[in-house]
Amino acid sequence: MRKRSSWALPYFIFLVLFVVLPLLLIVVYSFQDNSGHFTLGNITKFFSDGDSLSTFALSIEVAIENTILCILIGYPAAWILANKQLNRSAVTVVLFILPMWINALMRTLATAELFNMAGIPLGKGTLLFGMCYDYLPFMIYPIYNVLNKMDKSYAEAAQDLGATPGEVFRKITLPLSMPGVMSGVMMVFMPTVSTFAISEFLTNNKIKLFGTIIQENINNSMWNYGAALSLIMLVIIGITTFLQGGDTEEAASGGTI
Amino acid sequence: MKDYIIDIQHLSKSFGDKKVLDDINLYVRRGEFLTLLGPSGCGKTTLLRMIAGFLQPDEGVILLDGKDIAGIPPHQRPLNTVFQRYSLFPHLDDYDNIAFGLKLKKTPEEEIDKRVRKVLKLVAMSDYEDRDVETLSGGQQQRIAIARAIVNQPKVLLLDEPLAALDRKMRKDMQIELKEMHKKLGITFIYVTHDQEEALTLSDTIVVINEGRIQQIGTPTDIYKEPVNAFVADFIGESNILKGRMLRDRHVAFIKHEFDCVDEGFGEDVPVDVVVRPEDIYFTTDPAKCQFKAKVNSCIFKGVHYEMWVDTDTGYELMIQDYDPYPVGSEVMLYIDPDDIQVMKKERRANTYPAKVIGYGKVEFLDTEFECDTEGFEEGDDAIATIRFEKVDLLDHDEDADLTGNVVFILYMGDHYHLTVKTETGENIWVDTNDIWDKNDYVGIKILPKDIQLTKPEKKDA
Amino acid sequence: MMKNRTRIFARIYIWLVLAVLYAPIVFIAIFSFTEAKSLGNWTGFSFQLYKNLFTGSMQNSSGLLSAVENTLLIALIASVIATMLGTIAAIGIYNLKGRKKNVMTFLNNIPMINPDIITGVSLFLLFVFLHISQGYTTVVLAHITFCTPYVVLNVMPKLSQLNPNIYEAALDLGATPAQALRKVLVPALRPGMISGFILSFTMSLDDFAVTFFTRGTIGLDTLSTYIYTDARKAGLTPELKPLMTILFLIILVVLLVINIRQSKNNNK
Repeated sequence: MRKRSSWALPYFIFLVLFVVLPLLLIVVYSFQDNSGHFTLGNITKFFSDGDSLSTFALSIEVAIENTILCILIGYPAAWILANKQLNRSAVTVVLFILPMWINALMRTLATAELFNMAGIPLGKGTLLFGMCYDYLPFMIYPIYNVLNKMDKSYAEAAQDLGATPGEVFRKITLPLSMPGVMSGVMMVFMPTVSTFAISEFLTNNKIKLFGTIIQENINNSMWNYGAALSLIMLVIIGITTFLQGGDTEEAASGGTI
Repeated sequence: MKDYIIDIQHLSKSFGDKKVLDDINLYVRRGEFLTLLGPSGCGKTTLLRMIAGFLQPDEGVILLDGKDIAGIPPHQRPLNTVFQRYSLFPHLDDYDNIAFGLKLKKTPEEEIDKRVRKVLKLVAMSDYEDRDVETLSGGQQQRIAIARAIVNQPKVLLLDEPLAALDRKMRKDMQIELKEMHKKLGITFIYVTHDQEEALTLSDTIVVINEGRIQQIGTPTDIYKEPVNAFVADFIGESNILKGRMLRDRHVAFIKHEFDCVDEGFGEDVPVDVVVRPEDIYFTTDPAKCQFKAKVNSCIFKGVHYEMWVDTDTGYELMIQDYDPYPVGSEVMLYIDPDDIQVMKKERRANTYPAKVIGYGKVEFLDTEFECDTEGFEEGDDAIATIRFEKVDLLDHDEDADLTGNVVFILYMGDHYHLTVKTETGENIWVDTNDIWDKNDYVGIKILPKDIQLTKPEKKDA
Repeated sequence: MMKNRTRIFARIYIWLVLAVLYAPIVFIAIFSFTEAKSLGNWTGFSFQLYKNLFTGSMQNSSGLLSAVENTLLIALIASVIATMLGTIAAIGIYNLKGRKKNVMTFLNNIPMINPDIITGVSLFLLFVFLHISQGYTTVVLAHITFCTPYVVLNVMPKLSQLNPNIYEAALDLGATPAQALRKVLVPALRPGMISGFILSFTMSLDDFAVTFFTRGTIGLDTLSTYIYTDARKAGLTPELKPLMTILFLIILVVLLVINIRQSKNNNK
């Protein structure tokens, strides 16, 4: 058995080369100017640039709104799907997670086309609506997983102690399903902040999100500023992961696809 | 009207095709410690869940204080449950788990605090109120689960195998504590277990359940000393269960010897079953006292007593428990007190099934076609098929078998085994055999034509 | 016991959300059967777009078919390598202890937590830094990077279910380590490897951001990047509509089959 622990070595080298080193490079490039000298200019540029700051604020705002919207729509759906008395069919569950497996750009494009056809002008409203389309399954799935695996006897015990069905939900089911909600938040919030193509499609380039300015800077060979913007996003990821407890994978991966 | 807190009448429940409870009639006295005892799958937990309100009966009523509680949801029933795996809420600490029910009832904060502290003291967990439930040991979780239920002062406390997950030593300690708690609180306990020792230790009343039916209700002493049938005798404690014959009142024959006993009213020369507990067979050196002789064939030390198997001079094997060992191979003289012989009416003497004659020499019962002598019957006639226990052959394969089944119950009768075999259609066939089978063995069942006796059914309208 | 009203309300809610979720896909599917360029413009039923797609005779964009080809090939190569790398890594990590195990688990989590854009930008900087010209190889490497953690995650639970002695038992019975691996370990881990592979494959198919940053400037297009450029250019290539419809149907069938098989296995 001892020898087999060395089987982790190739992957360790791979991770260092393709995960750790690239992330370090983001940090290095952030603090360099074009000619490779140390500078804080990229960071100060972001904090003094009104456009970047407002895009950043808008991205956070859209991400928060989208996350809340996904919870509000997704939680009841996940609860119904996990409730054996309300839903007996596994097919319904598959139907809900199926969109997760379809190319996001295709779906977004289709959504945008649908808005066009209905004559709805593209803007912040359509952006939120379309984002919610895209990310709703990512919210429903982890919540469903946690609810589905939850020991039924907790609810019975609460009922036994005098809780009405409403109280069982508020005092037992909801708090016990919070890990699922947190995973859902992780799977919706950060991707929303960082999307670029999706927001462009859904607003016809009228609204830029943070992901878009990173992409524009990198594409226009302003690597150092692009890296600095990425670093800022990394910091946010670090903070959210820390707040969330860092235990995303369990709810996100378990169970049937 | 007696002081019954719970009165259960004609209660039945099925899950799909399977009848898990069949016509249960039971009352529970106010303040008593009642145990539902039976092997796993006998329906005892289903019964408890129906009392708690998690399941609805198909038929029958449950009266609480004389009122039908059918329509009352679990959260409005004045009962509380201690669950099998405790089901403590993992997101709350011990204190909040216990206070859960009281907070729902909007009890004033001060009173909650007082009552929670009181029950914590009662379950000897005073220092643990702020602990996370997941950091507690099994025994400690169990105490919190009990505290969480009794703090609400329920009329009845339901306990669903609460000690099953604990180790033996812890289980013994908790049994004593539960018994004391019951005395102190004065509320009615309904306790579910499959552990007969636990039931005998704790209960005022034991209800023995098997295959969805109540077998016997009585005090632990009643159940132990006077089991009503072979199942109860076998399930509760160790016993020698033997075929016997009631010669006349106070006189019974078994193992080919005659004994005095205290039972009366069976009639003369009637086949019966006899139960003798292994600790009730005594050794003697006095030839005048000796009722029969035997040879010791094994002797094992069991911690407190020795367990010995002896072969009687008439060819039966008996189990004896005694504080003194006798060497293997030694000849011993034995006697049994009349008081210690428990005579039971035979539940059945042979397998009988309603049958239909389907042609010359052909009859159908147990959903299977058999050949047999149909002399005196016409095609289409109803009949009763009788097969003696020892005439049923069991095979370890299903080739040439008439039908198949599983061994569900095994009883050693001193010189042969009495098996209950459940067929695939759920009927029971009883078999006497010298072969050794194990519980749950899959067997082929073979009955020879000459061993099937057909009789005319009794006419109901006559 | 549940009230009937709740049941009806729940059903309506579920179907309403599903209807909204599927509306765009259904509209695309419907309008794949007409020739009009813009959605919602019905010019009569026609299989023309499907014909064009399969014969490759598209008016303005011959790149679509090669994009599909690239997408499938990249997904296949990346997920095969990720499955092998991830399985070996999972066995290694499973046998690690203490601090080393925690470090590996932490590193393995990073690509899963990182948004695509960070993975893309960071790998872009790596390739620039190492002066590796970007193209097919870099895209495949990038895809392996974000796929492998999911393989590890899927194989790990199978390892903990595994009896730790079966590998030794195989050796004891005379198998060489390679035989023991092939005949004992791999069959036991296969379900985890398969779900890891499927997950990798679909994620690779789905990826846009990482490909976008690592494909370089040689004009390599996957389906996602093709759609992106296409949509920015002039509006949708009409043949995308039948393509989306077909892909959607394939995924629907595959997922349903997998799930029905799984629930059957669970019932056994």
